[in-house]
Amino acid sequence: MLKPDLLIVGAGPAGMSAAVVAARAGLSVMVVDEQPTPGGQIWRGIEANAGTARGRALGAPYLSGLATVRAFRESGAVYWPSTRVWQIEPTLRTYVTGPDGTLMIQPSAILIATGAQERPAPFRGWTLPGVMTVGAAQILLKAPGTVPAAPVWIAGCGPLALLYAHQLVRLGGAVAGFLDTRMPAPLAGAARLAAGAVLRSGRELAKGAYWYADLHRRAGRYVRGVVDLQALGTDRVEGVRYRTADGRVEEVETSLLLIHEGVVPELHTARSLGCQTRWHAGQAAYVPVLNEWGESSVPGILVAGDAAGIGGAEAAIQRGRLAALRILSRLGRLPAGQEGAEAACRKALARALAPRAFLDRIFMPRENVFLPDDDTIVCRCEELRVRDLRGALSCSVGANQLKAFTRAGMGPCQGRQCAYTVASLIANVEARPMGDVEPFRVRPPLKPVRLCDVASLAEEAAPP
Amino acid sequence: MFRLLEQGRSGEDAVTIDLDGQPVRARAGETVASVLMREAEAWCRATPVSQARRAPYCMMGVCFDCLMLVEGEGLLRACQTYVRDGMKIRRQIGARHVVPSC
Amino acid sequence: MVVDCVVIGGGIVGSAIAYGLAGCLDDVLLLDGSDGDPRAAQANFGLVWYQSKGVGMPAYQRLSRESVQEWRSFHKEIEDMSGVPVEFVGRGGLAYCLGDEEFEARQAILSRLASQMADTGIEMLSRGAVERLHPGIRLGPEVTGAAFSTLDAHVNPLRLLLALQRAFAHRGGTIRRSESVQAIETGRGQFRIRLKTGDVDAARVVIACGEASRVLAEPLGMTLPFTLQRGQIIVTERMAPFLAYPSDRIRQTACGTVMIGATKEDVGFDPGTTAAAAAGLTARAIRVFPDLAQVSLVRQWSGRRVITPDIAPLYERSAAFPGAYACVCHSGVTLAAYHARTLAQRIAGRGSWHEMEKFSARRFDVQAA
Ligand SMILES: Cc1cc2nc3c(=O)[nH]c(=O)nc-3n(C[C@H](O)[C@H](O)[C@H](O)COP(=O)(O)OP(=O)(O)OC[C@H]3O[C@@H](n4cnc5c(N)ncnc54)[C@H](O)[C@@H]3O)c2cc1C
Ligand SMILES: Cc1cc2nc3c(=O)[nH]c(=O)nc-3n(C[C@H](O)[C@H](O)[C@H](O)COP(=O)(O)OP(=O)(O)OC[C@H]3O[C@@H](n4cnc5c(N)ncnc54)[C@H](O)[C@@H]3O)c2cc1C
Ligand code: FES
Repeated sequence: MLKPDLLIVGAGPAGMSAAVVAARAGLSVMVVDEQPTPGGQIWRGIEANAGTARGRALGAPYLSGLATVRAFRESGAVYWPSTRVWQIEPTLRTYVTGPDGTLMIQPSAILIATGAQERPAPFRGWTLPGVMTVGAAQILLKAPGTVPAAPVWIAGCGPLALLYAHQLVRLGGAVAGFLDTRMPAPLAGAARLAAGAVLRSGRELAKGAYWYADLHRRAGRYVRGVVDLQALGTDRVEGVRYRTADGRVEEVETSLLLIHEGVVPELHTARSLGCQTRWHAGQAAYVPVLNEWGESSVPGILVAGDAAGIGGAEAAIQRGRLAALRILSRLGRLPAGQEGAEAACRKALARALAPRAFLDRIFMPRENVFLPDDDTIVCRCEELRVRDLRGALSCSVGANQLKAFTRAGMGPCQGRQCAYTVASLIANVEARPMGDVEPFRVRPPLKPVRLCDVASLAEEAAPP
Repeated sequence: MFRLLEQGRSGEDAVTIDLDGQPVRARAGETVASVLMREAEAWCRATPVSQARRAPYCMMGVCFDCLMLVEGEGLLRACQTYVRDGMKIRRQIGARHVVPSC
Repeated sequence: MVVDCVVIGGGIVGSAIAYGLAGCLDDVLLLDGSDGDPRAAQANFGLVWYQSKGVGMPAYQRLSRESVQEWRSFHKEIEDMSGVPVEFVGRGGLAYCLGDEEFEARQAILSRLASQMADTGIEMLSRGAVERLHPGIRLGPEVTGAAFSTLDAHVNPLRLLLALQRAFAHRGGTIRRSESVQAIETGRGQFRIRLKTGDVDAARVVIACGEASRVLAEPLGMTLPFTLQRGQIIVTERMAPFLAYPSDRIRQTACGTVMIGATKEDVGFDPGTTAAAAAGLTARAIRVFPDLAQVSLVRQWSGRRVITPDIAPLYERSAAFPGAYACVCHSGVTLAAYHARTLAQRIAGRGSWHEMEKFSARRFDVQAA
C-alpha cells in the first residue's frame, strides 16, 4: 500500500506550490491530477505552449506558470498525471484510477487543491449543442489551439470572459458580439471597494480595465445590461434572443454561444468528507469552513486554492504554501529557517486578495442565474425544468428529499450543474436565506469509475 | 464550429480516429471532444431521457454532457479522453446497451 | 389542535400506515423529521420480496407472502390516487447462485421454506433455464443457477414514498415535515405532542420513525429490541433494458440504471460508504454478468436496516397507554401493502389485534424463558 506523508489532489497553482514546499522539506508527497500535464486550469498546457506564439498571446500571467511547473517537476514530489481521485474515506484512505489501474493510497494528510468550476448559469436552451462555457472555449484555445471558426457571441460577465475575449482576439479570432450581463453595481459601495483595491493592486485592475476597453473596441457589438438570455434552435443553436434592462428584446443568429457567469469552488471533494461548508454571500457560493491555514473541520484534511474560496492563481499559490507549512509543523517536520516563510506567504496572500471584494461586487451574477424561469432546464442530466422542481417543492422538503422525489442531481454529473439552482429554488420558495439551505449530500464516486475499476480492488480488500 | 490556429505539419503529430465509421484526423495529445468540435456535426450523443442532442459543454469534466462510447472502454467523457491512433468512437444515441456495439 | 391520530415518521412504514389510517379515521397527521435525517425509505433496494423470508418463522413467511400478493392491487390503488407511477414490476424474482455450494445452500433454504408452507411458488432453476430468462446477455461461467419466485417483484422505492404521501394527502391526511418529535406527553386518555406550530392532541399515536423509534416508544411502555445493520448500494449509468427480472442483489430500474446491493455490515451508526464494499458488490455483479465490467458507476450510498433478533417486524400496542402503537421493520417496502391495509385497520380498531401479537416484542421473552 502507498503511504505518503501528504497526498495532494490537483496539480494547479495551489497543489504544485504546496508540493514544492512539502517535498523540499523532506516529506514524501504524492500529487494526483486528472489532467495529463501539470498546470491546473490557468496554466493548462503551459509546458507545450511556453516559447510559442500561442503562449505569448495567452499573456504574461499564463507564461509565469512555467517557473512553478518546473519547480514542481524538480521538487521530488511523486506526480501521477491522468489519474482521478474518486473516493476519499474519513480514514483518509483514498482511491484513484489512472494508467496503472485502480489503487488505494493511505496518506497522513490530504490537501484538496481541486480548483474551481464555472458557475452553472441555466437559461432556456443552455443544453443545445453550440452552447458552451467560456472556460470550455479557453481550454480549447490552450490545447490544442483552436478558436471558434466564425466570429463568436459571448454572454455573461466575470474576469474570465474578458480575459478569453482578449486572448481570442490576440490570436486572430473574432468576437461578433458581447452580451454583458453585469448588473450596475451600487456605486457608493463599489467605489469604496474600488478605492481600497486600487491602492493595493492597481496594476491588476488597470489590466482588467484595459481588457474591457479592448473588448469594447473590437467586439462587433457590445450590448450592456443584458438581463435574460435564450438560446434558440432545436438540434443545435441557431440564434440567441436576449432582453436588456430597458425591456428591449433582440435576436441574433449564431451557431456558437459562449456563456460565463463567474467561477465557484469545487466543493464535492470536501463535502463528501463531511467538511463543514458555509454560504459566502459576497461570492454567491458555498465555501468550506477553514482556519487561517486551510485546515477543514475534518482532521487531516486541508483545502487550498480556488477550492477554498475563489481567490485566483496568486492566492492559490500562497494558500498552497501555507497549507504545506501547516502540515510540516503538524508532522513535526518544519525545517529550521522557515520562520519567515509564513509571514511572506501571508503578506503575498493579502496582496493577492486585495481586489477580490471589489471584483466579487462588480461581477455579482444577476438574479435569474439562480432563479431561471419555469421553462429552463435545471438538471441537465435528468432534464428537469424549474417547473418540475417547483411542483415538488410545495411542502418544505430540503434538497435531499427533493432529489429523492424528482431525480434532480441523480445523473452522472451528480449535481455539479444543478445543486446551486436547486438550493436557490428552495430558498426562494420557503423564503429562507441561502445560508440556511443545505445543498445535496455528496455521494461517491467523485469522478467516474467503471465497475471493473472498482472490482479490481476486491482482491486487495475483501468487503466486510 | 472550431478551427485549428496552426495547421500542423502533416505527418508526425497527426493520428486518425474512427468517428461513427468515418476516419477523422486529430492532433496527438488532444481530447476526443476537441476533435469533435471541429466536425461539421459537432454533437456527441442523444440523451437517454429524451433523445435530445448534446455536445461538450464545460470541457473540464464537470457536466458529463460529452459522454461518448469508446470502443473497449465504455461511455466516457470525451473531454477527458485523449486520442490514440485507430481509436473507435461512437455517438451514443439514447441509453447504451450492455453489450458494446462497436 | 386535536386530531384522531398522529403518525410519527414519514418513511415508508409511517407513510403506508398513515395512508391506511386516513381511509378509516377523519383527521390523521403525519409528522416527518428534517431533510438531513437518515432515511432507510430513501436508501433501500426496492424489492417486494418474500422468497428468503421467514425461514424458521412461518408467521413471517405468511405475512411476507400476503403482502407481496396484496401488492398486485395495492400499487394500482396508490397510483390511481396519487397520480405517481411507482414502477411496480411483478414478473417474479431471482437469486443467482455462483458455484455449486451456493446452489446447494439456496436449495436447502427452499426446502425449509417448503416444509413450512404448501406451494411456496419458489423453485430452483438450472443455469440453462436462467440463460433462457436473459436472452442476449452473457452469464458468467460460475453461474450455476438461481432460485426463482413467481410472486416476487420490484418497485421504485422513491416513487413509492412519494405516492404514499400524495395518496395520504388525497385521502385528507396532513403532512408536516421538519417536525422532529422530541417527546410524547400523556394524560387524560390523550397524547400531546409539542410542535413548532403549536400543540397537537390525539387519541392515537403511531410511532413509526425507523431507527429513531425506540426513544419515543420506551416512555410509553413499549420496548423495541433491534440493532442496526448498514447496507451499501451502488447504481450505474442508464442502460437500455436488458434485465427482465430483479434479483436479490442486482436489478435494473425503470429508467435503465442498474442497482447493485446491498452489503450487510454491523457498524452501528456509521453512515459512511466504503470502496471495499463497492469492490465486493461490483466484483460479484461482474461474476454474474461479465458485460457489466465497462459500465460506469454513478453513485454509492448507505442506509441502515432495523434488525430484530428474528428479523421479523415489531408491531407493538402499548398496554400501559392504550392508543399508542409502534411499528418498525426491515422490509418496509415489501410490507407496505400489508401495513397500509391490514395493520392500519387494526390500529384504527377494525378487526382483532390478536394476530398482531405474534409480532410483539414479547415473543422474545417467551423464547428466553
Ligand atoms: C475553466 C477554467 C479556466 C480558468 N482559466 C483561468 C485563466 O486563464 N486565468 C486565470 O487567472 N484564472 C483562470 N481560472 C481560475 C482558476 O480557478 C484559478 O486562477 C487557478 O487555476 C486556481 O488554481 P488551483 O490550484 O486552485 O486550481 P486549478 O488550477 O483549477 O487546479 C485544480 C486541478 O485539480 C484537478 N482535479 C480536480 N479534482 C480532481 C480529482 N478528483 N482527481 C484528480 N484531479 C483532480 C484538476 O484536473 C485540476 O488540474 C479558470 C478557471 C476555470 C474553471
Ligand atoms: C440498504 C437497504 C436495502 C433495503 N432493501 C429493501 C428491499 O429491497 N425491500 C424492502 O422491503 N426493504 C428494504 N430495506 C428496508 C426498508 O428500507 C425499511 O424497512 C424501511 O425503509 C423502513 O422505513 P421506516 O419508515 O421505518 O424508516 P425510515 O425510512 O428510516 O424513516 C424514518 C422517518 O422517520 C422520521 N423521523 C425520525 N425521527 C423522527 C421524530 N422524532 N419525529 C418525526 N419524524 C421522525 C425521519 O425523518 C424519517 O423520514 C432496505 C434497507 C436498507 C438500509
Ligand atoms: S464537456 Fe463537460 S464533462 Fe466533458
